[in-house]
Amino acid sequence: MQTIDMETTALRDLNATLQAQAETTNQTTWEITNPKGSHAIAVGLDAPIDVTVKGSTGYYCAGMNKQATITVDGSAGPGVAENMMSGKVVITGDASQYAGATGNGGTLVIKGNASSRCGISMKGIDIIVHGNVGHMSAFMAQSGNLVVCGDAGDALGDSIYEARLFVRGSVKSLGADCIEKEMRPEHLTLLTDLLERGGCDAKPEEFKRYGSARELYHFKIDNAY
Amino acid sequence: MNDENISAPRTMPIQSATFSQDTNAEIRRAAATGIYDIRGGGAKRKVPHFDDLLFLGASISRYPLEGYREACDTSVTLGTRFAKNPIQLDIPITIAGMSFGALSGAAKEALGRGATLAGTSTTTGDGGMTPEERGHSEKLVYQYLPSRYGMNPDDLRRADAIEIVVGQGAKPGGGGMLLGQKITDRVAGMRNLPKGIDQRSACRHPDWTGPDDLEIKILELREITGWKVPIYIKVGGSRPYFDTTLAVKAGADVVVLDGMQGGTAATQDVFIENVGMPILACIREAVRALEDLGMHREVQLIVSGGVRTGADVAICMALGADAVSIGTAALIALGDNDPKWEAEYQKLGTTAGAYDDWHEGNDPAGISTQNPELSARLDPVEGGRRLRNYLKVMTLEAQTIARACGKNKLHNLEPEDLCALTMEAAAMAKVPLAGTDWWPGKPGTAF
Repeated sequence: MQTIDMETTALRDLNATLQAQAETTNQTTWEITNPKGSHAIAVGLDAPIDVTVKGSTGYYCAGMNKQATITVDGSAGPGVAENMMSGKVVITGDASQYAGATGNGGTLVIKGNASSRCGISMKGIDIIVHGNVGHMSAFMAQSGNLVVCGDAGDALGDSIYEARLFVRGSVKSLGADCIEKEMRPEHLTLLTDLLERGGCDAKPEEFKRYGSARELYHFKIDNAY
Repeated sequence: MNDENISAPRTMPIQSATFSQDTNAEIRRAAATGIYDIRGGGAKRKVPHFDDLLFLGASISRYPLEGYREACDTSVTLGTRFAKNPIQLDIPITIAGMSFGALSGAAKEALGRGATLAGTSTTTGDGGMTPEERGHSEKLVYQYLPSRYGMNPDDLRRADAIEIVVGQGAKPGGGGMLLGQKITDRVAGMRNLPKGIDQRSACRHPDWTGPDDLEIKILELREITGWKVPIYIKVGGSRPYFDTTLAVKAGADVVVLDGMQGGTAATQDVFIENVGMPILACIREAVRALEDLGMHREVQLIVSGGVRTGADVAICMALGADAVSIGTAALIALGDNDPKWEAEYQKLGTTAGAYDDWHEGNDPAGISTQNPELSARLDPVEGGRRLRNYLKVMTLEAQTIARACGKNKLHNLEPEDLCALTMEAAAMAKVPLAGTDWWPGKPGTAF
């Protein structure tokens, strides 16, 4: 295992080292110590490596990740795994605003709670939150899946497109054009897989599904309120 | 003589300046449809502009350069503050961001070809980078927009610069809209949305909200791209002094400032005509911000919104900009609104020069469309040649003016080379009203 101590290594050197790892690297396991809430840790990675950050991170940890598995052994600041393309990001604590924003692929697991705008503009990413999510989560969510094992705040799924939302607890309110939808067998199958990938022992049958009413898909004056 | 044969003097029918014919027509249209007007392009209302300024030229107190013999440098380097690889341009006229989706693939290719032939850069738009555009653009600026449609780290690293779009002049504070008729399979695929639906672009970025966040966002983008490429921040012309100040403090290499005459693919007409400021009112304020920070020429300033001629380019340089950007003018050079399509414009209920329903995808010139038959009308090679010619003419014109003012480099033009024809333009450009040594707001003078 390779260890990089941020007490003695600059952010630029840390990211350059991780970004330089080739597809076939044999240095597959990395540990980052003393992150102390630094921003932009382990961003833009593109290799099948395992990176564990020992402590909490600032903004945009694991941003635009491809292939890598990144674990934050602590809590993550705003925009964790933003625009992720593939790979997996796990937060053992809580995540701040915009977790998984605009993510195109991969899996984001948040073992604590996520703050507001979790999954905003998501474009294919799968997000599994063990706890609650804050207001405006899945705003303008285009595709992918958001699983919330706890409760959701105000305006869940506002202006949503084709993303699927699964919530086990309460939903304080639904956003514009977001409605509860029938949980069909294929959704239960999908949810079973998502929960398994998220390391979550909740039962799929306990969840409700939400998605787009598709009433905002074509511009008309009645939508312009 | 009977009364019928007497032609009594009568009052002429007088049209109201307030309730003009076009105003009344819009009231009737709104009453009939219940929907506000959406259109493309920029502000059409008359606002103080570059036409309200003149160059003074050389005289006894100034020494001109010989037009056909003495050199006048037009090159500019953008992104010298932090980027390892600043962008070197032969001319200070760049092509503004316009999306594949709003424009056809052939139009984007033509813009790339023309810009490359002229030694300048072109810019992607909302919707991501296409291989054709990258392939035909020697220098390509990649826009980073609130929607993040098509955004991915590979394209980000393929770019020669990154432009974080905070706003644009046609609609500062507004998002975007691409109507369903332009969302073909390819456009839908790039944006990860269903085909044929009206696609909305958010007005705010999804993962940062203010200047402090923006500084961290820039750090992330630099870390992902290895600090190699310049990072621009584009803002609409609304509070140029403060926006420029904040952009510089957030770490921008280049500030792009777009006035209200700058075009958009589609938004509400009321937005285009009533929000934001003319570019003339923005440039000196942005330069003042840079000077106050000691960053003029360290952080480069690109201005846009109604740049049409070499004289406009020269004025922008004289007011302190490092480069200009053109969008609408570049489309006209490709053939947009050409009178040769007049019969088809008439069928669409408009006329050449006034066509602005770019969002509907029926462009007779084949530029703002995804219809294969229409887009086939634009030959990207010929379009690129036309754009190159136009850029060359603008550059020659700007050089002509600079030499007449005794400058061997376009960027040596200065406010002292200008005078204004109107009080408004004098106040905005902070140059004397023609024939006086005064402008409204001149330090040490009373209004």
